[in-house]
Amino acid sequence: MILAVAPALPLQTAGKYVAGAYVVFLAIVLIYVAIVATRLARTERDLTELRRDVELRRQQAAGESGQDSERAREPVA
Amino acid sequence: MTTYGRGLRGLALATVATITVAFALVFFYAPLDADQGFIQKIFYLHVPLAITALCGFVFGGLLGAMHLRTGDRRWDIRSYVAIHMALIFGIGTLITGGIWAKASWGHWWVWSDPTLTSFLIVLLLFCTYQPLRFSIEDSERQARYASVFAVIAGAFVPLNFIAVRLAQAYVHPRVLTLTGGNLPGAMRLTFLVSLVGMALLYVTLWKYEMAAKSTRMQVRALRRALLGDDGVAPLKRSAAPS
Repeated sequence: MILAVAPALPLQTAGKYVAGAYVVFLAIVLIYVAIVATRLARTERDLTELRRDVELRRQQAAGESGQDSERAREPVA
Repeated sequence: MTTYGRGLRGLALATVATITVAFALVFFYAPLDADQGFIQKIFYLHVPLAITALCGFVFGGLLGAMHLRTGDRRWDIRSYVAIHMALIFGIGTLITGGIWAKASWGHWWVWSDPTLTSFLIVLLLFCTYQPLRFSIEDSERQARYASVFAVIAGAFVPLNFIAVRLAQAYVHPRVLTLTGGNLPGAMRLTFLVSLVGMALLYVTLWKYEMAAKSTRMQVRALRRALLGDDGVAPLKRSAAPS
């Protein structure tokens, strides 16, 4: 079987194959980047949620310490 | 920003610029091949993809060896991502190679060619990496076994390459050799720029995925520190390192 000496394809036919190969390459890269970007967006959402939790805890802690200081100021009978 | 995210923007821009220049050279500078004509333009995509994929497998093996040596789980994650990226590049190699083969030889695949078959063997070998990881529940053991696999399979890649080079009967032409090869100057320059572009793309995507993974792990660790174990959903069984 002598495959290596097959005649060169005309430009019109070869162009489709070449375009196909390069499009496949670009598609693979773009799909991969899109998948990782989606995961990153999910992580970003988690981070926002986490920030909200931290803020809530900070407010709760501030409220509790405020109540403690008021209690400390009250005269002891 | 994680360590992996540092310099990622610059690297990504350099990658896009290099690949753009490479493609411009492919279509506007490199001469048409006297034998194959326009279809040979796939060479500048297919071969750099294959070389990068094979180097990626070896890189994954080296990172696995670092994990076994140090016991630091970060090396396992790096090895996992390196092999994952190399697999994607390997699949790209198979698809572009198939297209080239169909156009040039009239077949999508030729089993009698050692270059094709050996590349498929390497790719299938590394395809078992993910199922291997998934089959082991304990994360410590999973990382250790995966690293052992990565080292052995990574060492197989150069051995396989040498075996193919020594093969007598092949359909693939030998255009790249240690003595300079058969590529004329313009074609060689185009090929080298394409190869650098692919290598940069590999490193960029590796860093990109590492940055994403590292950030996710940090968010999880923060959540655990803040809310305790109850505040964090238990991890599902996965092939990916946790």
